[in-house]
Amino acid sequence: MADTIGYVSSVQSLGAVDGPGVRYVLFMQGCPLRCKCCHNPETWELGKGTAYTVDDVMQKLSRYVSYFGEKGGVTLSGGEPLLQTEFATELFSRCKSEGISTCLDTSGCILDDKVEKLLTLCDTVLLDYKMTNEQDYFDFSRMHMSQADKFLEKLDDLKVTTWLRQVIVPGINDNEQNVIKLFELKKKYACIEKLELLPFHKACVTKYEQLGLDFPLKNTPEATKSQVNELFEKIQKKF
Amino acid sequence: MEFNQWQGFVDGDWKTGINVRSFIQSNYKAYTGNADFLEGATEKTNGLMEKLRELQKQEMEKNGVLDIDVTTVSSLCNYKPGYLDKENELIVGLQTDAPLKRGVNPFGGIRMAREACSAYGYKLSDKIEEYFTYRTTHNDGVFRAYTPEMKAARHCALLTGLPDAYGRGRIIGDYRRVALYGIDYLIEQKQLDKLKIGQGLMDAESIKLTEELFEQISFLNKLKEMASMYGFDISQPASTAQEAMQWTYFAYLATNKEQNGAAMSLGRVSTFFDIYIERDMKNGILDEKGAQELFDQFVIKLRMARHLRTPEYNELFGGDPMWITESVGGMGENNKTLVTKSSFRMLNTLYTLGSSPEPNLTVLWSKRLPDGFKKFCAKVSCDTDSIQYENDDLMRPRFGDDYAIACCVSAMKIGKQMQFFGARANLAKLLLLAINGGVDNVFGTRIGPQMEPMQDEYLDYTKVMERFRLYQTWLCRLYVNTMNVIHYMHDKYAYEKTQMALHDTSVERLMAFGVAGLSVITDSLSAIKFAKVKPIRNEEGIIVDFETEGDFPKYGNDDDRVDEIAQNLIHGFHDELKKTPAYRNAIHTLSVLTITSNVVYGKKTGATPDGRKKGEPFAPGANPMHNREHNGALASLGSVSKLSYSSCMDGISNTFSITPDSLGKCEEDRINNLVSILDGYFLNAAHHININVMNRETLIKAYENPEAYPNLTIRVSGYAVNFCKLSREQQKEVIMRTFHEAM
Repeated sequence: MADTIGYVSSVQSLGAVDGPGVRYVLFMQGCPLRCKCCHNPETWELGKGTAYTVDDVMQKLSRYVSYFGEKGGVTLSGGEPLLQTEFATELFSRCKSEGISTCLDTSGCILDDKVEKLLTLCDTVLLDYKMTNEQDYFDFSRMHMSQADKFLEKLDDLKVTTWLRQVIVPGINDNEQNVIKLFELKKKYACIEKLELLPFHKACVTKYEQLGLDFPLKNTPEATKSQVNELFEKIQKKF
Repeated sequence: MEFNQWQGFVDGDWKTGINVRSFIQSNYKAYTGNADFLEGATEKTNGLMEKLRELQKQEMEKNGVLDIDVTTVSSLCNYKPGYLDKENELIVGLQTDAPLKRGVNPFGGIRMAREACSAYGYKLSDKIEEYFTYRTTHNDGVFRAYTPEMKAARHCALLTGLPDAYGRGRIIGDYRRVALYGIDYLIEQKQLDKLKIGQGLMDAESIKLTEELFEQISFLNKLKEMASMYGFDISQPASTAQEAMQWTYFAYLATNKEQNGAAMSLGRVSTFFDIYIERDMKNGILDEKGAQELFDQFVIKLRMARHLRTPEYNELFGGDPMWITESVGGMGENNKTLVTKSSFRMLNTLYTLGSSPEPNLTVLWSKRLPDGFKKFCAKVSCDTDSIQYENDDLMRPRFGDDYAIACCVSAMKIGKQMQFFGARANLAKLLLLAINGGVDNVFGTRIGPQMEPMQDEYLDYTKVMERFRLYQTWLCRLYVNTMNVIHYMHDKYAYEKTQMALHDTSVERLMAFGVAGLSVITDSLSAIKFAKVKPIRNEEGIIVDFETEGDFPKYGNDDDRVDEIAQNLIHGFHDELKKTPAYRNAIHTLSVLTITSNVVYGKKTGATPDGRKKGEPFAPGANPMHNREHNGALASLGSVSKLSYSSCMDGISNTFSITPDSLGKCEEDRINNLVSILDGYFLNAAHHININVMNRETLIKAYENPEAYPNLTIRVSGYAVNFCKLSREQQKEVIMRTFHEAM
């Protein structure tokens, strides 16, 4: 079934901040969520993007294997790669057979047998855990927190190395209580290897303008790296 | 043969004849640990640096030249000894009698020396002017022999930056020989060589070589005399690490006094010095602090080297560079690493003394380098943007394990090979010339085969390539002939006596040709092939612009369709060069390197089919054009790494800038990721890379407010510069370059 098609919004041949080591990142087309801080609005709509077969991707990857070192590999991000689970599964199983490390960057919005099979092929999952209470979660992303929790539990059952990630937006979730809850999750689930707080930035504003979309957080200030690090370290000490 | 100074060293072939490699292989101690052992600067060093920084500040305030001695012709023994701070200097010797004061060296050309003086408000003394009216300079010689066609190619900037009015440089003396053997032994060996040649057939080449040997010996004697003016007797080998560094430095210094060469590279001294340091430590006369202090002081001297050059020269080679290239690291032919603690100490000077473009520290990278060293290099890159990397696994099979880099990317076996430097041909301009049937559309010069400009409404790829090949054949022959004239005259009127005395008498010669505008011509040909390119003609029917309809693959995206065009261009140009024999049986090599001249080349080149407008800069070296890379950094590296080193043995330069946030979230990640990138790039058989880890905003701030960034160092194209020393135009171009960013 090497002719399964994946729709890809864009590729980044050097991803050094989406999973362990140096990674080739495919941003998949299509996403059911509408997170307020989303910096890839061009990936939302389904039915767009460039069509790639698994063979196409494997051929491109072969050019970069030498850069991956011990930890690096391929990352599927988006958009929401779970909208194209079949493609993702086929790609990751090919990668596994060729010794290329696999990483899935997801919101965890879908969980069924097919997704479960995909998760068994992931060396690392980056779970974007949007907020830490149900109401905020839904308001911010149009996804239920309970869904994310279910997904996280599955990852724990399957013992998939997980990095829990959250974008920190000033005035929305840059509070200690929120970060404490994230650390509690880390304590609770052995699968969570790492907790990453990502400072909210607005480099995406021009993309929204080009697409004629309104950026909901256009008036929100960016978070600085040092603010976020400070918050992280402060809470880390308590755990 | 035996010297007391050699006590404690292990025997080897090096004792029966000049063979520094054998000395290193028999005696060096590889180091595979990390950087934890390193020490900081001593008070003495800090004191010297403070003085130097103050002088550098004054130099900047005086437009980049602190002082010029206009009455003395620079040579080994023509200046009284000079010091920065005599009490505290562990390594001594200045080019003139005062720190940062520049000497004049008119042997390359008197006009150049005169203009350089007047550009900074000085006047070359009448005495020198008069002396040189009776003397033929290299420049005089070249212009006596240049043909009208050579002059025209030079005038319309088809061949640019030719070393016909300045010293060719790019020759690395084996300065270590002076430390290991002492001058007297070196003289003895040269005398024996001279006798031997005299016993054979005295044809033109032998007679020439015999005269050269006479000069080499005479300058070895002068070198000894120069050292004695500073109170040192270097007739014998060095007996300590300090002496080894001092002897080596004297040899390098003598070279700088004798020659104002474009690139005055150092070679590969760190591991050589390490052997002396290890011996001193074993003898209890040196500790780590002292070892670092010696390196620091040696490097301070290198940072004080200066040549007097004209503003036009600075346009080509911006930032007052000397290319004091020191090659660090690498592997031995026996697979044992050549990294020693002193490889670390050399890089550590960027911390102890602060970051700096000189010496041009060049790491010879191999997949098999020790991990601790790789990580230290990556850290230094992240912190200082001051070092470059070249592929040892690619060069070692061709040059052995005792080669070094001259200038930016030119490898040569130390003391066994020399180079005839040849600047570069402008490929983008050549394409335009071909399309226009032998008229340069910027200067109006008629040159090369004459025919009608292409008449098609849309350019046809096959027809364009046919024409291009025709003009390439013509240009390559002209280029080799021009180089032959230049180097014949350089040998005749400005022969590098000291440097060649520190080579084997029977030396292999490389003739280093170059190309500029590779990414421009590649994308232009891709546009002609894959899109529709409509030429726009002026009243005389000359094509002066293009309308390009539709998209086309662009170099820098790892797309074979266009990358193949670049590969074939390089290959084709090199093959064509080889058809014309080079002076003194030199081997034809080729580089894809522009230094900072990509700005000037662009200025002199008309609009190109890739969409580049008339006068806009080229990308530097083998870099893709700025901001045409749409698939991220590795795809960009992927395109460059496809260029074959066997066609470009003089080097393929790539400058790579990435923002810290895109390289990793914390220092450890950034270091590990940079190591992975370097491993991957070089495993793909790429040759060279400059690494900058910085934000564009920093450069913009430095552009707006230079005083606040006096030491901002950035790698540009095979060398590093102090950003503030670049011209405004060059600064703007550097700011425009791609910064790989992925958030």
